[in-house]
Amino acid sequence: MTSAHAIASDVRAGARRASDVLEDFLGRIEMHDGDVHAFNTVTADQARAAAAAIDAAVDEGRDPGPLAGVPVAFKDNLCTRGVATTCSSRMLEGWQPPYDATVVQAMTAAGAVMIGKTNLDEFAMGSSTEHSAFGPTRNPHDLARVPGGSSGGSAAAVAAGFAPLALGSDTGGSIRQPASLCGIVGIKPTYGRVSRYGLVAFASSFDQIGPFAADVADAALALGVISGHDPADSTSIPAAVPDFEAALGRGVEGLRVGVISELTGSGRNGAATGGPGTAGAAGEVLDGIDADVTERVHEAADALADAGATVGRVSVPAVTYGLTAYYLIAPAEASSNLARYDGTRYGLRVDGADVEEMNRLTRRAGFGDEVKARIMLGTFALSAGYYDAYYGKAQRVRMLTRRDFDAAYADFDVLLSPTSPCVAFRFGERADPMTMYRCDTCTIPSNLSGDPAMSVPFGIGAEGLPVGVQVLAPALGEEPMLTVAAALERAAPPLPAPPLSTVADPTEGA
Amino acid sequence: MAAGWETVVGLEVHVELATDTKLFSAAPSRFGDEPNTNVTPVCLGLPGSLPVLNRRAVELAMAVGLALNCDIRPSVFHRKNYFYPDMPKDYQVSQYDQPICSDGWLDVPGGSRVGIERAHLEEDAGKTTHLGGADGRIHGAVGALVDYNRAGTPLLEIVSRPDIGSAAEASAYVEELRAILLAVGASDARLEEGSMRVDANISVRPAGSAELRTRCEVKNLNSLRSLRNAIDFEARRHIELYEAGEAPVQETRHWSEDGRTHSLRSKEEADDYRYFPEPDLVPLVPDDEWIAQVRAAMPELPASVRARLHECGAEPEDAQVIVDRGLAPVVLGAVAAGADSRRTVTHAVQNLALDGAELLDPDGLASLVNLETSGQLTATQAKTVLVEMCARAVTAMHATPAGAEDPSGSASAAALALDPTAIAAELGFEAMADDELETLVDEAIAANPEAWEKFRAGEAKVAGVFVGAVMKATRGQADGHAVTQLLAQRRDA
Repeated sequence: MTSAHAIASDVRAGARRASDVLEDFLGRIEMHDGDVHAFNTVTADQARAAAAAIDAAVDEGRDPGPLAGVPVAFKDNLCTRGVATTCSSRMLEGWQPPYDATVVQAMTAAGAVMIGKTNLDEFAMGSSTEHSAFGPTRNPHDLARVPGGSSGGSAAAVAAGFAPLALGSDTGGSIRQPASLCGIVGIKPTYGRVSRYGLVAFASSFDQIGPFAADVADAALALGVISGHDPADSTSIPAAVPDFEAALGRGVEGLRVGVISELTGSGRNGAATGGPGTAGAAGEVLDGIDADVTERVHEAADALADAGATVGRVSVPAVTYGLTAYYLIAPAEASSNLARYDGTRYGLRVDGADVEEMNRLTRRAGFGDEVKARIMLGTFALSAGYYDAYYGKAQRVRMLTRRDFDAAYADFDVLLSPTSPCVAFRFGERADPMTMYRCDTCTIPSNLSGDPAMSVPFGIGAEGLPVGVQVLAPALGEEPMLTVAAALERAAPPLPAPPLSTVADPTEGA
Repeated sequence: MAAGWETVVGLEVHVELATDTKLFSAAPSRFGDEPNTNVTPVCLGLPGSLPVLNRRAVELAMAVGLALNCDIRPSVFHRKNYFYPDMPKDYQVSQYDQPICSDGWLDVPGGSRVGIERAHLEEDAGKTTHLGGADGRIHGAVGALVDYNRAGTPLLEIVSRPDIGSAAEASAYVEELRAILLAVGASDARLEEGSMRVDANISVRPAGSAELRTRCEVKNLNSLRSLRNAIDFEARRHIELYEAGEAPVQETRHWSEDGRTHSLRSKEEADDYRYFPEPDLVPLVPDDEWIAQVRAAMPELPASVRARLHECGAEPEDAQVIVDRGLAPVVLGAVAAGADSRRTVTHAVQNLALDGAELLDPDGLASLVNLETSGQLTATQAKTVLVEMCARAVTAMHATPAGAEDPSGSASAAALALDPTAIAAELGFEAMADDELETLVDEAIAANPEAWEKFRAGEAKVAGVFVGAVMKATRGQADGHAVTQLLAQRRDA
């Protein structure tokens, strides 16, 4: 596999043709995506035209940008002009947006070449990509297992070498958890760091777009390209975009790293090495987080201590309520965001005797069970008489989470936790919704607070499957987060390559 | 009103704000275009689209709020969720429990003060036309077409307190509100065309009581007359129910052309709009500096203009006429330039229901009035010159090429308003010497001896005979007032 950095550098220098790079990746997709099903749509023709344009630019002496000729896969809930954007739902099957999402514009303006649209849990609701209306995506490390979700297609595409970069969206962990399960890097930036314009909304106050890459440097490169204020998104932050890549080599000496007690209960108890020690009152320790996963987190903390960081344990009590609060607020927003799919203007329409029946039949046929469940849950949570008890109370938990993180960041620069409570699981293994929802236990708190967090691979767990460590930082703290992630990447034991890559590569030696 | 009862009315007035673009998108906020042409992904609620608040709409809302003596407060947009085909997102974005303007009042001309509970911003829906039903009505329709050009138009909903006690007062409230909206440039506020929509919450109570009884909300009031008639009808209906030992039920009713209100829905289930804060927008927090800028840019309000006109001798009704015709700046300017205020007001009320009147240069009007009061023109001549001044002002305005307007505006108006002295000369109006008029009066007396005897005997109305004769002799150019004075002199001599 070739990194985005290497491709862009070669293409800009005229050492490689963007068209050749593209054909390599299209060849891998052709060979393996039948097994993986990372893509809903492969935009080969469009990509060939885009790559040819990049090559022409280079020939004319123009610089196509920092992602010159880098193939990129977009989660199929990011609007792409004239290219089907389905959200993996029957409701939007075949719908072609008349406009590009801001991030799509930013990536292509930087020279990236869209190679396709990736599978997801329908409307990004799920943690396994099993809830896609078009069939599940498989984990390139083990085709009998899920890639995680909801951005499972984007994670699998990068893990399988179908594209060096992919974009996903993270509402409760939908970038970080599949990155963890697929053994790659995934970043959820600070809420507002990246424009949401053109991201089909699931839960607007949580949704955030971010990159997937095989390594931290590529992820940082893509993050820099998509970050920045966008007047089309009122929640976008008017802050300058730092040089994220410069943060990678800074070293962790003097950085204070806190391991979140509530999320690392099993395994060893504490790995403090003379740091600030345990901060805050000890909260409830969540169970259901596998020991092989927490053990990797402690090893990661040790590695950071060895590299010169000050490591301690920290309590963030509100994280134990995160899941409950999230599963009230997110469905509430979703129930409203998904109301527009009524058959009137676009997407699926099932005719009825009158408008109301048309709406009802359309929604019945167009939405899958998980989406319907969440719409009902959210509608209930907002209903008169229940609002205060559910939505209102959940918002108070959100405030509490914000407060507890602020307290933790008074003592620490970044925090560590598992990304996912477990390694990649088998299809159907978590069919019970509550079991599935618990996949998001460690990732949801950052969506509640709006802070940045990322998953970086750190060794393997049960059955030789990848484990991701989550690095959390305060709002707009992507730089220290990336510094720590880069340090972890340097210290991490090498991951076995996905078995797919052992299959003869048609482009090898070409 | 039946004895022993009083009417209680609160009004909810929706106005379309006069912005170039929509409340949350850059699409033109304009009517009469091809359906579904003034739309963006935001207007159509396309997946992935996001709203961006229109700054101008906020400023207009603040200007109206300040004009209504409201507090301007930080506010939050909410989503009001319900399914309807002309609502692109199946929710309406509206300010809910934290409106931008709250707790103000409006003084209705004639004395009473009506409290303003709130004024809040919200987006309008599209427009549905049912096909196949009679007159586009939903009943019997075989299909429907939706035009989203209107979807997302900024609306300001102005909610009064139930302080209005009669149909006449409600009508006066709406008229005054409309004058304010026009003055601050917030809306063209046309009831008939729907850019201003009035819903009335109507109840009755025993006279003198302070209680608030069950109210009915009446919609489809598209003229002041419908508003007045609906209030009277609905109040009577409530009183009859109470006097029959029954009570009205709280509901929405529809005013119809048959002069009655009709219940709109039979089911009494309350709607649950599941309001929650719109997560795609941030709270709107106007700072003091912004509010001060809006306040500083506000024009003089109608009540203040009327007060100044009153100081010029205009009766309240005349002041209203002058304001309604947009002549207040011309009148007040002419008076400020030294014109006799009563004559100026009289001209404005009696002689200036004309196109172009609002284009008159105040100094030009002042010159004209001076010519008249100094006796150089008769009242009739002055009116003729005035008509000509207006006509030339209109011609000159149309002759000015678009985009070539004088940036100062008033300078071009001055150029239009040709000197009234010159116009009078062109029309051949020469000031008539006093002795010439006296001669004509004497000739008229000599020609009508019988009438003269009657006049001398105190029959004032026969003066018309002599005035008429003098007018005939001068082809209408004599000053009737001066003739009357001369007749009195001759009689009393």
